[in-house]
Amino acid sequence: MLKYLRNLSAGEQIGWLFVIVFGILGLATVLGIALSIKAADESQQEAAERFKRQLRTSWIMVTVFWMAWIAGTFVSVLLFGTLSFLALREIITLSHTRRGDHRSLIVAFFVVLPVQYYLVGARYFDLFSVFIPVYVFFAIPVISAVANDPERFLERNANIQWGIMVCIYGLSHAPALLRLDFPRYEDRGAFLVFFLVFVVQSCMVVQGYVARNYRSLKPVAPRISASFSWGSAWAGVIAGGLIGTLLYWITPFKPGQALGMSLIACAAGTLGHFVMKALKKDAGVHYWGNEGRLVTGAVGLLDRVAAICFAAPVFFHSVRWYFNI
Amino acid sequence: MSLSNTTGLLLSFIARLVTGAQGHWYGCVPKAEQRIYFANHQSHLDWVLIWCALPRELRSHTRPIAAKDYWTSTPFKHWLTREVFNAVYVNRQRTDDQDPLEPLVEALRNGDSLVIFPEGTRSNLGDPQAFKSGLYHLARQFPEVQLIPAWIDNVQRVMPKGEVVPVPILCSVTFGAPMQLLPDEDKRAFLDRAREAVTSLRKLGRSA
Repeated sequence: MLKYLRNLSAGEQIGWLFVIVFGILGLATVLGIALSIKAADESQQEAAERFKRQLRTSWIMVTVFWMAWIAGTFVSVLLFGTLSFLALREIITLSHTRRGDHRSLIVAFFVVLPVQYYLVGARYFDLFSVFIPVYVFFAIPVISAVANDPERFLERNANIQWGIMVCIYGLSHAPALLRLDFPRYEDRGAFLVFFLVFVVQSCMVVQGYVARNYRSLKPVAPRISASFSWGSAWAGVIAGGLIGTLLYWITPFKPGQALGMSLIACAAGTLGHFVMKALKKDAGVHYWGNEGRLVTGAVGLLDRVAAICFAAPVFFHSVRWYFNI
Repeated sequence: MSLSNTTGLLLSFIARLVTGAQGHWYGCVPKAEQRIYFANHQSHLDWVLIWCALPRELRSHTRPIAAKDYWTSTPFKHWLTREVFNAVYVNRQRTDDQDPLEPLVEALRNGDSLVIFPEGTRSNLGDPQAFKSGLYHLARQFPEVQLIPAWIDNVQRVMPKGEVVPVPILCSVTFGAPMQLLPDEDKRAFLDRAREAVTSLRKLGRSA
C-alpha cells in the first residue's frame, strides 16, 4: 500500500491525502450528528455542539487549503497573506497605538506584509529570513519617531514590532515550506505545510481536551491561563509527536526525523500559544467566547493561528538547518 | 447590476476589509421601520460604517446627510453621494428664507430613515460634544419615527484627521434601544438625554 502510494506522482499523492482528510472529516461529522441525537442531558448536548463547531472550522480550513492547492502556489501564498492581514488587524486593534503610529502601521500593512509574501513566493529565502528582523526592525521606529510623539515610544513600537513578527514573519513561514527545495521531493511542499498544520493542531486539540477533562492539573501561571499546565502541554506535545511519526511517509523525513521535527513544532506552538495568551491578557481581553467578540470582533482568528505563528518559523529553520537546504 | 450598486458593494467590501464594520444590536433589531439613527462623529468613515452595519435591504431607505457645498463640488462626489448613498443635501450657510432642516423633514415625510450626527462636526476628544438642536426639532415634528442611538467605536484610529490612507483596525457600531421625546420635555434636557443614550452604549460595548 505504502509502496503504491510512494510510486504515485506528487499530484496524485496530494489528491489522495485530501481524499483521506475529507473522509475523516466526513466520518467525524456523522459522529457529531450521532452524538447530538444521542445526547441525554444539556451538558452532553453542549459538548456535541462544541464538537460540531470545531468541526465546522476544520471543514472550512481544509476546504480552503484544498482550493489553494488546486489553484497553485500563488493562491496559497495569497491565502496565508490574507490570514496574516486579518491576524495583524486583530492584534493592532487590541494594542495601544497612538496618532503618531499611523504611518508606521500603514507601512506594516501595505508595505511589509506584501513584500514579505513576495519574497516567499519568489523564493528569496535569505532576504526573507532577515527582511523583518533586520530592516523592518530598524525602519518602523524611525517612521514613528519622525511623527514627533515621544509618549510611551518604546511600548508603542514594541506593540507594532511584535505584531509584525508574530502575524507576518511567523505566519509567512508556513507557505515558505511550499517553496522549499527538497531533493527528490519536488512539488510536494503542500505535504509539509499540511504536516505542520495538522500536527500542531492535533497537539492543541489534545491539550484542550486534557485541560478540560483533568481539572486537577495545576496551571503553570493561573493569572495568564487557567488551562495551561505542564501536564496538558506534555500530553499535547507527545500526541503531536506520535501523529507526526505516523505521518512520516508524506514528508521527506525518516520516522525518527519526523518525530523530532514534530516535537520541535509542537513545543514551539504550545509555548507560543501560551505567550499569546499573556499578550492578550495584557491587551485587556479577558473574556473568550461570544462576549469577548462584542467589543470589536477581535479574539477569533488570533486564537486559531497563534500556535502556527510560532511553530512555523522554528519548524522551517530547523528543517533548513538539519537538511542543509 | 448598475454602476452605483457595484460601487456600493465594492465600498462595503473595502470597509469590511479595513474595519470589520460590525453592527451590534442591543435593544432593537435591524427592521424596515422608519427611524432616525443618531451617533457620535469622529471620522469621515462614520457614515460608511453605519451603512455597512445595516442589512442591505435597509440601505437604500436609510439616508445620510451631506453638506451641499462640499459633496456636490465635483461631479464624482456628487454622483457618489446622490447615486450610491442617496444622501440628503443640506446647506451649511444659514439663509433667512430657508429652514436648514427642510430637506430632512421632506425625506422623513417620504418615509425614509435618516442617519444624523448631532454633534454637527467631527471631534477627536473621545466624549461627544454637546448635541445640536436639529434632533429635537425632528423628534417633535415626527413623534412616530423611532430614535435609535448608536455608538461608533475605534474609527478615529483608522483614519485620524489629516491622514488619507486608512489603517486596518476593527471597528464596531453598537445600536441601542429606541428613545422618544417625552411630553413637555425641555429641549436641553432631551438633547442631554440623547447624548447620554449614545455614550452609555460605549460602556456597554466595552464591558461586555
